[in-house]
Amino acid sequence: MTSRAAKPAPAPTPETAEYWRAAERGELRLPYCAGCDAYVFYPRGACPTCWSTELTWTTLSGRGRLHSYLISHIAAPGFEQDVPYAIAIVELEEGPRLMSSVRGIAQTPEALVLDMPLVVDFEPRGDVTLPVFRPAPVDARG
Amino acid sequence: MASPAGGAIVGAAETARLGVIEDQSALELHAEAARSAVADAGLTLADIDGLATAGLPAITVSHHLGLRPRYLDGTYIGGGSFLLHLRHAVAAIQSGLCETVLITHGASNRSRVGRPPRVTDPASPMGQFEQPYGAFTPPTLFPIGVLRYMKKYGLTHEQLASVAVAQRTWASKVPRAMFRSPITVDDVLASRMVAYPMRLLECCLVTDGGGAVVVTSADRARTGSFRKPPVFVLGAGEACETSMISTMGDLTTSRAFVDASTAAFAEARLRPRDVDHLMVYDAFAHLPIYALEDCGFVARGEAGAFIAEGHTRPGGTLPMNTNGGGLSYTHTGLYGMFLLLEAVRQVRGEAAAQVPGVDVSMVQGVGGMFEAAGTVILGSHDAYAG
Repeated sequence: MTSRAAKPAPAPTPETAEYWRAAERGELRLPYCAGCDAYVFYPRGACPTCWSTELTWTTLSGRGRLHSYLISHIAAPGFEQDVPYAIAIVELEEGPRLMSSVRGIAQTPEALVLDMPLVVDFEPRGDVTLPVFRPAPVDARG
Repeated sequence: MASPAGGAIVGAAETARLGVIEDQSALELHAEAARSAVADAGLTLADIDGLATAGLPAITVSHHLGLRPRYLDGTYIGGGSFLLHLRHAVAAIQSGLCETVLITHGASNRSRVGRPPRVTDPASPMGQFEQPYGAFTPPTLFPIGVLRYMKKYGLTHEQLASVAVAQRTWASKVPRAMFRSPITVDDVLASRMVAYPMRLLECCLVTDGGGAVVVTSADRARTGSFRKPPVFVLGAGEACETSMISTMGDLTTSRAFVDASTAAFAEARLRPRDVDHLMVYDAFAHLPIYALEDCGFVARGEAGAFIAEGHTRPGGTLPMNTNGGGLSYTHTGLYGMFLLLEAVRQVRGEAAAQVPGVDVSMVQGVGGMFEAAGTVILGSHDAYAG
């Protein structure tokens, strides 16, 4: 047996650094284009709809829904102890969709129901902090 | 309106062996297929003045084959790259950049002899926003929209499984197919879970092999002395959407499939109902479902039932993936070349599971995980009333 690999950590670029710094503070933030009234995921220098560079970093609600997912029975390097694990697409309340993990719930088709409400959470990964999601508490469900 | 494409495939070949090939490197698989395709055309090394390839650098393949090309194309979108190469080659030939282009593929995807490693840069968008969540190979990415598609359209697990069953029906008639024993929906649903909702038999093979085609102008194909009937390029299209499947505009449809196929139909002046035979990239069982809808063969939400009812099987109205596909025939990682080669065989009338009277064959290729697409429409004649 070879030694187990660490889970891969993202390496921020200048354009994405604020996303990762915000996650470290416990905030989910994205650039917002006022002209398009749209958030830009992933973060980049200009809005991909209108090419405006007048983007404003904005803190999101952290609420979203489980848009789609799969449950991997094969382990990515570093995920040997996690299989089977869900890889999810979360649709944020503000519109953007992003890949994430769903914590605090069985990684099964029975437990993971499409469109279930989720809230963001954060967990350390190497030198950075990774946004993940959890089922929304019942009293927070709108 | 675009003009007729004006190119033709005059040589086509696969490597002698497909499957597990431990005694040939990826580079040598390119070369073997190239030599066989040129021989299939009745040409020689000296006739080739253009080269297109993916998977390995075009310079490497050129030097290995002893070529001195005046046209090079190393376009890489993933498995469908060769369909873009064909489109570009026709345009290059039409504009006088070269006369005869060789398009090659070879991969040691199974045995990994001389195969470049797959590395995702942690600073790339995928390295930052997908890889940290345990996504790392096609099974952990490609099917991520399937549950959304199921909820939206009511696709059942049985219908999804029927894609693999339909293709195995074809493969049972193809001696070179890796898996030929007939299977049932129950067999598919009982196979090992790989990435829910995809079971093992809904995921493609992992094989070694290669293939190549030789392309020249339609005029030369008509008048030249080639060994086989020319297969004309009636239309082609290419498109891309995103390098991250998680950022697709809609997880239940591929914008790249729509755009590339729309362009190809427009150039060919044909419609889906004119297509006699269809090859769709099937890295996983849901791809033919997306493609049938995105290319306009059936309405939204109908593809699962269409396949389950047998319309793509032998004797059906739309014979699809007649070599058995990536699910049963072979899948070298960049499978698009094999889509093209089966379409060529069907139009020539020399396929193992030959469909009667194929005058128009369409090839729908994907690049990456719904990242890009290439479409090619081939014909036994260089124009159709449509």
